[in-house]
Amino acid sequence: MEGDIVQMGAYIGAGLACTGMGGAAVGVGHVVGNFLSGALRNPSAAAGQTATMFIGIAFAEALGIFSFLVALLLMFAV
Amino acid sequence: MASEVQSEGGGLVFQPMDQFVVKPLFGDGSIQWYTVTNVTLWMALAVVAIVVILVLGTARRAMVPSRSQSIGELAYGFIYKMVEDVAGKDAVGYFPYIMTLFMFIVCANFLGLIPMSFTTTSHIAVTAVMAMAVFLSVTLLGFVKNGMSFLSLFWISSAPLALRPILALIEVISYFVRPVSHSIRLAGNMMAGHAVIKVFAAFAGVAVIAPLSVLAITAIYALEILVSFIQAYVFAILTCVYLKDALHPHH
Repeated sequence: MEGDIVQMGAYIGAGLACTGMGGAAVGVGHVVGNFLSGALRNPSAAAGQTATMFIGIAFAEALGIFSFLVALLLMFAV
Repeated sequence: MASEVQSEGGGLVFQPMDQFVVKPLFGDGSIQWYTVTNVTLWMALAVVAIVVILVLGTARRAMVPSRSQSIGELAYGFIYKMVEDVAGKDAVGYFPYIMTLFMFIVCANFLGLIPMSFTTTSHIAVTAVMAMAVFLSVTLLGFVKNGMSFLSLFWISSAPLALRPILALIEVISYFVRPVSHSIRLAGNMMAGHAVIKVFAAFAGVAVIAPLSVLAITAIYALEILVSFIQAYVFAILTCVYLKDALHPHH
């Protein structure tokens, strides 16, 4: 019984941790959207900034991946 | 979790995580460090692919490049320009290391997309070794190049004095989280993408939604080709960013 409740809590926690991925999705969309709106205003400067965009995506995505990691840990390690 | 679905029997039986099981290639013995497993095989194939593209493909050095030679030249020029742009002109000496990382990851990712193959980069053990190697070498390089002034990376002199200790704490934490995020980004993306393909493949067993699920697999597969390349690119570009921090720690 007690183990069941612990497992239930772990599964609920894993599900809740996945909401963090939604935040990362918003962040990545924000980065790319702002890059595009800037790039369409000044297309000649856009090519030099794609690397910066990918760095921004990577940093925004990292936090979503931490929530994914927490979900994985709750599912398979706890 | 997949094994529980199987044990109940009936309904949809699928094991989306089974493709990531490390198995010995010959026999069913226990896995030691010297055992030849499917990971060994697919890593070796990735190395063979790199040799074919970069060594055999460019061996003739034709003025009008063949297809394999143009792939090799394209990859070389792409990564060289990235190192120069992101890490700076004086980081070009570290280009071979970044090129090695990029080519290995991109070949392992693409080989993992072949049906029935094994994605070596989906294992955190593989990516963690690469990320820790980058982290340790970059930290060592920073201390060798700058001495103790490398620590000024954490002391942001442009911020107000009262904020600096707090910022230093945050910077130190984010510095030590780097290898974690660096490795899990690649492994997580690869694992999640392949697991999603397998989940949709399980739905293909139901006749009513089979055409829809095959379409979905095709779409996700195309997305995975993109993700495979972008994740290798992101791994390489973050290595360049860390390298730039090590070479020029002053903000």
